[in-house]
Amino acid sequence: MGAMELVEKAQLTERPAMKSGDTVRVHVKVREGDKERIQVFEGVVIGQHRGGTRASFTVRKVSFGQGVERIFPLHSPTIQKVEVMRSAKVRRAKLYYLRALKGKAARMKDAARQN
Amino acid sequence: MVNGIIGRKVGMTQVFDADGTVHPATVIKAGPCVVVQAKTAQGDGYEAVQLGLVEGQPAKVGKPLAGHYKKAGVPPTRVRREVKLAAGAEAPKVGDQVLASIFNVGERVDIVGHGRGKGFQGVMKRHHFGGGASTHGSMFHRAPGSIGASSFPSRVVKGMRMGGRMGGQQTTVHNLKVLKVDLENNLLLVEGGIPGAPTAYVVIRKAIKAKRIKVAQVEKPKKGKK
Repeated sequence: MGAMELVEKAQLTERPAMKSGDTVRVHVKVREGDKERIQVFEGVVIGQHRGGTRASFTVRKVSFGQGVERIFPLHSPTIQKVEVMRSAKVRRAKLYYLRALKGKAARMKDAARQN
Repeated sequence: MVNGIIGRKVGMTQVFDADGTVHPATVIKAGPCVVVQAKTAQGDGYEAVQLGLVEGQPAKVGKPLAGHYKKAGVPPTRVRREVKLAAGAEAPKVGDQVLASIFNVGERVDIVGHGRGKGFQGVMKRHHFGGGASTHGSMFHRAPGSIGASSFPSRVVKGMRMGGRMGGQQTTVHNLKVLKVDLENNLLLVEGGIPGAPTAYVVIRKAIKAKRIKVAQVEKPKKGKK
């Protein structure tokens, strides 16, 4: 094991296997004053950036007609958990084309279930 | 013990705080080092030690250097660097091992190393000259412009800033925070970047200006009115 992996190993947290096109619920810890609560951000994973502790993923949702994207560091301690709700059949890794689509056009077909 | 240690840059990564704040960090393979020579006040006029970085196989050295290492009774190393003694500490003996254990988490360190060489660069990159306008038919883009007057002084004054070799010089980065000390693997994690490319040799020493860093103070109760 390289020196880099040795250092990064301690930082990695267990996250479910995600793919672009998955609809996920990200449970984020939010601090308000000295209180802490959990906020859920639900949307479609439109891209992932790999690389040890530096890995991140982008989630897009449409909130009150306004597209919102959030980039989460995959191993951040502020993310309590990530739930994969459903997977869609997509043909590319980065779904940036979804930004130009809305309503019916932005729908995606469910991926064939494994197992 | 001694004040510093030789290391090798491994690369950069990032570290999460408990509240999710991300800190940039550099991984350094620090040590193990051996004392190759002890410099004494009587013999050399000052107190210091020469360290050698132990890595894999012993280095192939010429006869004069081989003799230097033979005197110390240690296998030859590729790099040697001189470090000062910690204040009031006992001088280590020749052949003693120096590990990253001389540093503690949270301590400030200085990193001395050679930066990346940039090759021959123009004045805009090398000396931050402004350059000319790119458009509007300016015809003057990245050139240095005038380098002096004509008949007087009839020469270019010394020290005129021009294009030339840039980078590759010794650089010191001061007051980096130690984030982690991994003695098992001889690894040191410091906050922020350090000079040179991965695999570059560096000297990590205790910060010489650390006193100047402001530490968050507990607020004193105000005098007078309640």
